[in-house]
Amino acid sequence: MNMPVRALIMSVFQEVASEQQRQLATLTDDLKLLKSGLDSLSFALIVARLEDDLGYDPFDTAETFPVTFGDFVKLYEARAAS
Amino acid sequence: MALWDLVAGGAAARGGALIAGVRAIPLSSLAGASCLAGRLEALRGRSVILAVQDPLAAAIAMLELDGVVRRMVLCTPDLAAQHLPHVARSAQADVWLGDLESVAPRVDGLALAMEPDPEAVPARVERRATCDTEWVLLTSGTTGVPKLVGHSLRSLTHAIRESTPEASIPVWSTFYDIRRYGGLQIYLRALCAGSLVLPVAGEPAADFLARVAGHGVTHMSGTPSHWRKALMSGAAGRFSPAYVRLSGEIADQGVLDALRAAYPGAVVAHAFASTEAGVAFEVRDGRAGFPADLVAGREGSVDLDVSRGTLRIRSPGNATAYLGPDAPPLKDAEGFVDLGDRLELREGRYYFAGRSGGIINVGGLKVHPEEVEAVINAHPRVLMSLVRSRRNPITGAIVTAEVVLARDAAAEGSPAAQERLRQEILAACRATLAAHKVPALIRFVPALDLTPSGKLVRADA
Repeated sequence: MNMPVRALIMSVFQEVASEQQRQLATLTDDLKLLKSGLDSLSFALIVARLEDDLGYDPFDTAETFPVTFGDFVKLYEARAAS
Repeated sequence: MALWDLVAGGAAARGGALIAGVRAIPLSSLAGASCLAGRLEALRGRSVILAVQDPLAAAIAMLELDGVVRRMVLCTPDLAAQHLPHVARSAQADVWLGDLESVAPRVDGLALAMEPDPEAVPARVERRATCDTEWVLLTSGTTGVPKLVGHSLRSLTHAIRESTPEASIPVWSTFYDIRRYGGLQIYLRALCAGSLVLPVAGEPAADFLARVAGHGVTHMSGTPSHWRKALMSGAAGRFSPAYVRLSGEIADQGVLDALRAAYPGAVVAHAFASTEAGVAFEVRDGRAGFPADLVAGREGSVDLDVSRGTLRIRSPGNATAYLGPDAPPLKDAEGFVDLGDRLELREGRYYFAGRSGGIINVGGLKVHPEEVEAVINAHPRVLMSLVRSRRNPITGAIVTAEVVLARDAAAEGSPAAQERLRQEILAACRATLAAHKVPALIRFVPALDLTPSGKLVRADA
């Protein structure tokens, strides 16, 4: 159940990195988002696209901001499960 | 009263310092010192463009120039060289004081070239104020040409004079460059009462926060986007401020809650402030928007008016005017500054609903919809377009576009043909616009609403 969300997130990260001409680091759970090669605008685009695909934006109720890629995926998975 | 008098009676007496990198310069040591190496007298009464890279040099130069020069134009390191002639002309500048390589120093009428050098401290100077210096800040205007906004030291320090003095000596820092309004407020606050840890351009968030922690910063300010970036850096927990301030963009509930969780012991305050209107008020209840009774039951010198659907501000903190030969008026007939910030009233609280003037704020960078629309509309198969803001938890807003295709293009409505057109339009945008101005999403629509006067309806811009 959770895999499709993770796969979608990975593909959106790659799509936006390529559009923004940014070198994306290998997406592992402990990768710090600020070391991923993406800038704030790239993250903004990723969140907007995921909202269009999934129908939700987990940041609107999130208490803490994700620091690693794993945190980011967990934020979406938690919302998908609720 | 000049800035130096405020410092001498405030932070310098309380042991305050300017801290940049590993250097800490006690404010008291600046009493007879100059980073201008004895050339201060040559600047008396002139209109000066201050364009230095190093924030510490700028911090000391501003302290020295106030009360001496007639006008001081504060340039940030990202000022493009192409805009300098406009800035110099509008400010009737006659002295260039700078080292900014991005900005060509050769402009007609700029006589002197000198570089403030903080290493030159100390050189004996006499602090003698002979005029009320006009402070000029730059803010991005339509088509990206900077607007020059004039202030006095009195208007810039208005909110500081009205705030309650701190019992302990605060150590301030800010994510802003101190030559922008938000950063200048913190610079002035620190100089009146405490110390200031200066940000360095391009420094990674985690490194800056480590420095901030090392210097024991108690008060920290930035835009909601700055704070989101700090929270995402994983280094936000390295320091524990007593006071966290947000300004410059709309603070949504998400970022306020995240800061509350990260800094449970801190006062989290969001201030409504702009270069033009100054600091209007500060909200400390941890909720987005502001209570409606702030408008009606207001005491003090700041008048707020919401009767036209936007927030209008009349205050001693307002800027005085836009500078330049074709500059528009800054205030309306009743003396209010109205930047078109639209409000919605819900359950006794006002919430910001974007700007009616349509400016979109993407992580602190302004986007004028018309500029993006012009690029989209240049595509031969586009009839018209409407660029709007879409809420975003990372940058506050992003740019989206609705596009009406010319009839022949709309008729070939196969999904593949539409996708091709979308890609062509995006390619044109990427070729001519900065990344934050390129629409994140393009939607084809059959028509766009127009007002009776034939203008696009920018209801939710």
